[in-house]
Amino acid sequence: MNEERKLIVSSSPHIRTPRGTQQIMLDVIIALLPALVAAVIFFGIKPLIVTAVSVVSCEVFEIGYRKLLKKGDSYTDLSAVVTGMLLAYCLPYTFPWWAVIIGAFFSIVLVKQLFGGLGKNIWNPALAGRAFLLISYAVLMTTWIEADAPDAATFATPLASLHAGNLAPDSIWNMFIGNIGGSFGEVSALALLLGGAWLVYRKVISLRIPVAYIGTVAVLTLIFSRGNNHFMWMLQNVLSGGLLLGAIFMATDYCTSPVTPNGQLIFGVGCGLLTVLIRYFGGYPEGVSFAILIMNCCTWLIDQHTAPRRFGVVGKRSKKEGAK
Amino acid sequence: MLFKSHGGVHPNDKKAPANEAAITTIPQPAQVVIPMSQHIGAPCSPLVAVGDEVKLGQKIGEASAPVSAPVHASVSGKVVAIAPHLNSLGNMVNSVVIENDFKDTPADTMVPAPAEALESPEQIAAIVREAGIVGMGGATFPTAFKITSGWGKVDTVIINGAECEPYINSDYRTMVEHPEELLKGIQLIMKACKVDKAYFGIELNKKFAIDLLNFKGAKEMGIEIVPLKCQYPQGAEKTLIKTVTDREVPPGGLPAAVGCNVFNTFTAYSVYRACYEGWPAIERVVTVSGSAIAEPKNVKVRVGTSMEWVFEQTGGFAKEPWKIIMGGPMMGMAQYDMTVPCAKGTASLLAFAEDEDRTVADPVCIRCGQCIDACPMNLQPIYMYMYQQKGDVDMLQKLNILDCVECGSCSYICPGRLHLTHAFKTGKAMVQARQAELKAKAEAEKAKAEAAEKKEDK
Repeated sequence: MNEERKLIVSSSPHIRTPRGTQQIMLDVIIALLPALVAAVIFFGIKPLIVTAVSVVSCEVFEIGYRKLLKKGDSYTDLSAVVTGMLLAYCLPYTFPWWAVIIGAFFSIVLVKQLFGGLGKNIWNPALAGRAFLLISYAVLMTTWIEADAPDAATFATPLASLHAGNLAPDSIWNMFIGNIGGSFGEVSALALLLGGAWLVYRKVISLRIPVAYIGTVAVLTLIFSRGNNHFMWMLQNVLSGGLLLGAIFMATDYCTSPVTPNGQLIFGVGCGLLTVLIRYFGGYPEGVSFAILIMNCCTWLIDQHTAPRRFGVVGKRSKKEGAK
Repeated sequence: MLFKSHGGVHPNDKKAPANEAAITTIPQPAQVVIPMSQHIGAPCSPLVAVGDEVKLGQKIGEASAPVSAPVHASVSGKVVAIAPHLNSLGNMVNSVVIENDFKDTPADTMVPAPAEALESPEQIAAIVREAGIVGMGGATFPTAFKITSGWGKVDTVIINGAECEPYINSDYRTMVEHPEELLKGIQLIMKACKVDKAYFGIELNKKFAIDLLNFKGAKEMGIEIVPLKCQYPQGAEKTLIKTVTDREVPPGGLPAAVGCNVFNTFTAYSVYRACYEGWPAIERVVTVSGSAIAEPKNVKVRVGTSMEWVFEQTGGFAKEPWKIIMGGPMMGMAQYDMTVPCAKGTASLLAFAEDEDRTVADPVCIRCGQCIDACPMNLQPIYMYMYQQKGDVDMLQKLNILDCVECGSCSYICPGRLHLTHAFKTGKAMVQARQAELKAKAEAEKAKAEAAEKKEDK
């Protein structure tokens, strides 16, 4: 009798979906792998090393910070791995390892953990880290070395041509599969789209933000195209730079984007608008990271003004009844 | 002709293998404990005293309030005690304890109603009231009051056969084993509600029941079977009305506000039994299932039978139970005392082993927004949770927390394992307490002002 165990009493529901935070992060990691494979194909082994350094240092900072401040372990949620991968993906593969570690420190400790950790940061940690590195190590961040020419022959990325107002010499096919210069995780549109398809299939993200974002960029660059080949200008703008990586993986970051359906559409359009503005009129050739970081600041505001319609207040009949 | 409803989740329905198990009868217990309140509304006062002999189906508790339902003896025997006893909601409720004589001597009232009585809405409603029938889906709202209060307003009757909660099969088995009785019961409800058309919403995982009821001539009786998408909470009243009629019940309103009345499948069957067999609501089909159960079953259980007895008589546990739930896994109540009796609204008894547990020590919101997508009431659980944790009652009110139907979809889907539904139950209580406080204050001030006015008049 005395060994009778007590029953648990808790509020309903008594079952929960098997998909927890860890499974979702794992899906994101899986979705990021094709881009890494493409990077290895086009740039050799070095992207792998940069990614490894970034992931390991992100995890070390995450664990170290939480140990130091005696907070609960959070490494099992795998979110630091995702940050590490995303941070590495927006770097050139020639980026020195020590600078990667500095970027990881900035991302994890300053941008993520100081705001309270997972789910509480205002800016996307990986993007903020990239912006920080871009400002601090501008030369290292914009030195693009062709993989086939180990003698350090630098070459222009498609984005640099576009920034100068000219179409890039690269073929659309090369831009699609990723045989171009640029940050190693951003180059292959094919790999990123594959990853995006996986995320949508697994219901990790909805199409709202990516479609609104890419769609806005496409429409704007088509209307305000430079040169004679309007369609080509638009296509090159969509396929170059960090747009696809940003739209699929960064702008959809849960904690720094709106949670309401309409809010997500507004957020996507805002990102697209700012990206085109910066690409056209800014000092940097790329506008994706700053566009998303600026929109991150508006997330709370957007959510506040896009609450879903209350059930039972707009329906024709119920409206009539409500007025009585 | 299904209309779009918002939100919802897709838990594994776990209907098998109990959905193939025919309804069986378990031996009666030596003693039943019959709570005087098994419904929403005024509790009953006992009509019997300790030492009285009672017959099967004899009325032993009644209340005169319109929103109430009488209770009946579920066995024949002797009243041995009238005392507060724990019920499934965790409250101590005045209960009549009857010692079973195992004779099932029926009361004189247990006779079929005369045929002419079944032609008049008023008389059907009176029979339903007398039989103590309540919403058997678990909400236990008195059915007779639902019928009579809908007169003049209701143009559509919907029978809820969604049975969207995982594990539960009691409605499905009733449809399969008593299709004709069920359809007759629905006809009675239509007559009582003064409408000639009813929709019977059934989820597509019960395809066999859909075909069977159509085969039995549902259409000719004016009953349209509406196959529903399998999605929780398809059977939530407001969601069901929206899916079937595209009408939205206004916040805080009853279905009658949009001309609808919704009745559970087993309620319709109970109406049949009350009218054609003279049986009051003293028996319920209960699904016994869950990961700790040796063999999932559907059994007929007399009201007042303890959970312990039901589990014992259905083969007991295969694993050590870690959580016992009365009702479905999404909205049912966790129990800690095995002597709690089954009541009219008990559709299932579930026993879960520990491996079902997915709670974490430190739930973290990752702002995925899935709770917003899942909410059938278009609420924003993520922000409601935030303000509930802060205790900000004004913001909770602004976010319409009182619209929450506590279906549990948000908690189910939450990857961070937040206790959302739990927080909203508490949050709703906070808002209601504040509203009551304000109301009391306003009334006090009004009284004061009136008193002052009277003084001036003098």
